Amino acid sequence: MGGTVSANHDRANLLEVRGLTKIFGTLTACDHIDLNIAKGEIHALLGENGAGKSTLVKMLFGSLEPNSGEIFWDGKPVRITSPGVAKKLGIGMVFQHFSLFEALTAAENIALSLNDGSPISTIAAKARALSYSYGLPLDPDSLVGDLSVGERQRIEIIRCLLQTPQLIILDEPTSVLTPQEADKLFETLERLRAEGKSILYISHRLEEVKRICDRATVLRHGKVVGHCNPREETAASLARMMVGSEVKAVVRAPAEGIETAPALLEIRGLSRKPATPFAIPLKNINLTVCAGEVIGIAGVAGNGQGEFFESVSGEVLQQDAGSVRIRGKDAGGLSITGRRLMGAAFVPEERLGHGAAPRMKLSENLLLSRHATDGKAFVGSGGTVKNGAVYSAAQRIIKAMDVRKSAPDPEAAALSGGNLQKFIVGRELDRKPSVMIVNQPTWGVDAGAAAHIRQALIELARSGSAVLVISQDLDELFELSDAIAVMHNGELSAPLPIAEATFEKIGLLMGGAEPGHAEHGMEVA
Amino acid sequence: MRIELVKRPQRSALFSMLSPFIAFALTIIAGAIMFALLGVNPLNAFEIYFVEPISQVWQLHELAIKAAPLILIAVGLSVCYKANIWNIGAEGQFIFGAIFGSIIPVLFPQFEGPLVIPLMLLLGMVGGAFYASIPALLKTRFSTNEILTSLMLVYVAQLFLDWLVRGPWRDPQGHGFPQTIQFGDSAVLPELMPDAGRANWGFVFALVAAVAIWLMMSRMLKGFEVRVLGSSPRAGRFAGFGFNRMVFFTFLLSGALAGLAGISEVSGAIGQLQPVISPGYGFTAIIVAFLGRLNPLGIVAAGLVLALTYLGGEAVQSALGISDKVARVFQGMLLFFVLGCDTLIHYRIRLIGMALMKPNGAKLEAAPKLEEAR
Repeated sequence: MGGTVSANHDRANLLEVRGLTKIFGTLTACDHIDLNIAKGEIHALLGENGAGKSTLVKMLFGSLEPNSGEIFWDGKPVRITSPGVAKKLGIGMVFQHFSLFEALTAAENIALSLNDGSPISTIAAKARALSYSYGLPLDPDSLVGDLSVGERQRIEIIRCLLQTPQLIILDEPTSVLTPQEADKLFETLERLRAEGKSILYISHRLEEVKRICDRATVLRHGKVVGHCNPREETAASLARMMVGSEVKAVVRAPAEGIETAPALLEIRGLSRKPATPFAIPLKNINLTVCAGEVIGIAGVAGNGQGEFFESVSGEVLQQDAGSVRIRGKDAGGLSITGRRLMGAAFVPEERLGHGAAPRMKLSENLLLSRHATDGKAFVGSGGTVKNGAVYSAAQRIIKAMDVRKSAPDPEAAALSGGNLQKFIVGRELDRKPSVMIVNQPTWGVDAGAAAHIRQALIELARSGSAVLVISQDLDELFELSDAIAVMHNGELSAPLPIAEATFEKIGLLMGGAEPGHAEHGMEVA
Repeated sequence: MRIELVKRPQRSALFSMLSPFIAFALTIIAGAIMFALLGVNPLNAFEIYFVEPISQVWQLHELAIKAAPLILIAVGLSVCYKANIWNIGAEGQFIFGAIFGSIIPVLFPQFEGPLVIPLMLLLGMVGGAFYASIPALLKTRFSTNEILTSLMLVYVAQLFLDWLVRGPWRDPQGHGFPQTIQFGDSAVLPELMPDAGRANWGFVFALVAAVAIWLMMSRMLKGFEVRVLGSSPRAGRFAGFGFNRMVFFTFLLSGALAGLAGISEVSGAIGQLQPVISPGYGFTAIIVAFLGRLNPLGIVAAGLVLALTYLGGEAVQSALGISDKVARVFQGMLLFFVLGCDTLIHYRIRLIGMALMKPNGAKLEAAPKLEEAR
C-alpha cells in the first residue's frame, strides 16, 4: 500500500482491500490482493482470463467468501457475507451474463430484484426517468425477450442504479456491445463519476481502459502485479503487465489469386426456424469462402452465430441439401461426420462439454472428432480402438501447438483454457482440413496462445484451405480476416473486404444498419 | 452453521478403488448394530449370515446360481448407466425374457432336441430386448423419463406373468396351482458339474457377458461412444454420435441380457413358470452395478457379494428366526454406503461457522447493517 502511486491520493478511499485471498482446492485464485478505490474514480481491474478478476469481484459482491484478508468500506472494516449485504453497503454490480426473465417486461424484472413491494407502475416511472437522465433510453414496458443485448444491459444498469449505489462494479460491459453502444455507455459512466460515484471497471480491452479509467490495478495469476495510471501507459505496456511477456504480433500476408480460387464452402439461402421460443431464426444466409482466404463473421453475441455454426457443422441438418455445399458438393443433408469426411473441420465455441469431453484424456478427445475421418489409422478391425496410434497422434498435436500440461495425457478439464483451445484447434489443423469453421477461436484464451492460434489459422488458409471465423472480438477479426461479414438478428451482411472495412462500418452493421438498402428502410416492417 | 459439499480438485485414485470395501465395512458395522438391537449376538449372526452359507462346495454352487442373474443384469445396466441412461426396469425385462423363452417348453412341449435350449435362450434375449424397447421408444419419441416408464413397466410385467400362469398357461394337471407344466428334459439348462452341485450354465453366460462388455467398454469405439455420450452429451453430438441411437442400443443390450438372465433362471433353477420367479434380481442388480463401480469385472465380484446377502438372509431366518427381509436391509445399506463413499470421493464436507474469517488473529466486526438483513 505504501508504494502505491496514486493520482487520487487527495481523495478518500471508498473501498480498501487488504490481503484478500481465495483458495479453491490447490489453486490460489486470489493471492493477497490489495486494492483501493477512491470516491469518484473509474478504476480498472485488468487481467487475462483466469487472472482472478472474477473471483475478486465475487468476494467484493458477497457471492464468495474470502479465506483471509480485510475489506474496509469508508474506512470501517466490513464483512460482505452475501449480495444482500453488499447492496446494503452501497455496492451494485452489473454482471457479464445477465439474469433477466425474457418473458417479463423490463419493469417487472427490475421489481423482482428490488423486492420492496412498491407497485410496478411506480418502478416503471422511476426507471424511465432514471434511464433518460443518464442517457440510456429504455422503455420499461417492453418485453425483455424482444430487446437487444445492449438494451438488456441497460436494464441491468438501471436496476443497479435504482438502488443508489456508491460503488458500481461492471464486469466486461462492452463485450456484448457494438462500438457505438459502447460509446454511449462511456458517457454514462463519466456522468456517474462526475456525481462522485465510484466505478470498478473490469475489462481486458486496453483501449477502453486507457480512454475512461483513472487508475488501473493489474492482476496476473491471482496476484497484483502493478497499479498504474492507464492514460500514461501504452496498450502495449499494459498488455505486457497483464501477460508478463512480450506478445508476438500476428503476421498476415496478403491473400493472392482469390478471384480464381475455387469456392470450398458455399452457403446458399440457409434459413432455420428457431428451435426454442427465444432462439434466433436464421434468414436466407448466403456466403462463399474460397480456397486461400479467411472470412470473418462479426456480430454481437446472441444474434444467431450459435445457430449458424450448428447448421453449418451438421449438428443440425438442413432440409435443403444445397443450402450448405462443401467442396462443390451438397452437404446440407449430411451429419457432422459426413461433412467431416468431405474435408470440413469444426471448432465450437464451448471448449469444455462441446469441443471436448472434460473428464476424458486428451488422446480420447482426439478420437472424439476424428474417429471417422481417421478411421483407418485409429480404429482397427471389429471396431477396436488403436490406443497407441491415437496416443502418438495426440502427442504430435501437443508438440505442434505447444500445449502446456502437467501430465503426458491429462484430462481435458485439467488444462487451462488457452492450452485446451490450442489442442482443440490443433486437433483439426492436424488433419489439414480443406474447410475450417471456427466459432470464437480465442475466447478466454491468454494473449500468447491467442496469437499462436490466429497465426495457425492464417497459415492454414494460405496453404489453400477455406477458413471461416465467427467472433465477437473485432480486433481479432481485423487481425485475421480477408473480408468481414456481420451477423445481426439471424441475417448475414455481404462480406466487406478488409481494405474497406473500418470499426465504424462494422459497428453500424452490428447494430442492425443495412448498407446498400435505404437508410431508413424500416417502413416495410 | 451450515454444511456445504465442496468439489475436490483432485479425485483420489486410491480411495476410488477402496470405496466399495469401505462401504462394505460400514455396512458390516451398521449391520452389527442392527443385530445387537434385535437381541442377537452380532458375531454369531455374522457367522451364520456370511460364513456358513459358503462353507461347503454345494453351497458355492447355490451362490453361483444366485450370482448369475445378478451379474448378467448388472453388466447390461452398467452400460446404460455409463451412457447416463437410467434403465430401472431390468426386473420387468427379466420376466419378459422368461416368458418369451418359455414359449417353446410351454406351448410346444413335444419339440425336443439339442436346438431347444439355444432357441429358448435366443427368444429370452428377444423378449427382454423387446420389453426394454418400450421405454426407449417412449424416451426418444416423446421425451418421457425412462426411469419412470421402465420402473412402471416392471409391475405390468409382474401382473402379466401372474395372469399367464393362472390363466392360459396354467398346467391343466397341476391341481389348480398357478404354474405352468414342468419343462421337458431338453428345455432344462444343463448343470455344470451335476455331481458337485446345482450350478448351471447361467453362471458361465454371466462371466462371458462380463468379459465381453468389459472389452467393448475399454477397447472398442462403441464403448468410447457410450462414455462420451454419458459424460458430455453435447460433445457426443459434436463427435457425430447419435443420442437416440444410443438410447436404443443401451436399452436393447441391457434388456437382452436381463432377458437371458430370466430364461436361464426359469429353465435352470426353477424348471417352470410361476407367479414369482425373481426375488428382486432386477433391482438388486442396480446395487451390484454401482458396487462394482460400473466396471464389468468389478460387477462379477459385487454380484457374488450380493448373492451372499440372499443366502445369508435365508440362513439367519432359519437359524435365528429373524425375518429374511434382513437381506433387503443389507442390500439397501450397501447401496447407501457405496453412494455415500462415492460422493465423498468427489466432494468434501465443509462446515461453515459464523466466525470463520479471522485474518491476522483479529476478529472483524460484522457489517453494521448485517443484523437487519434477514
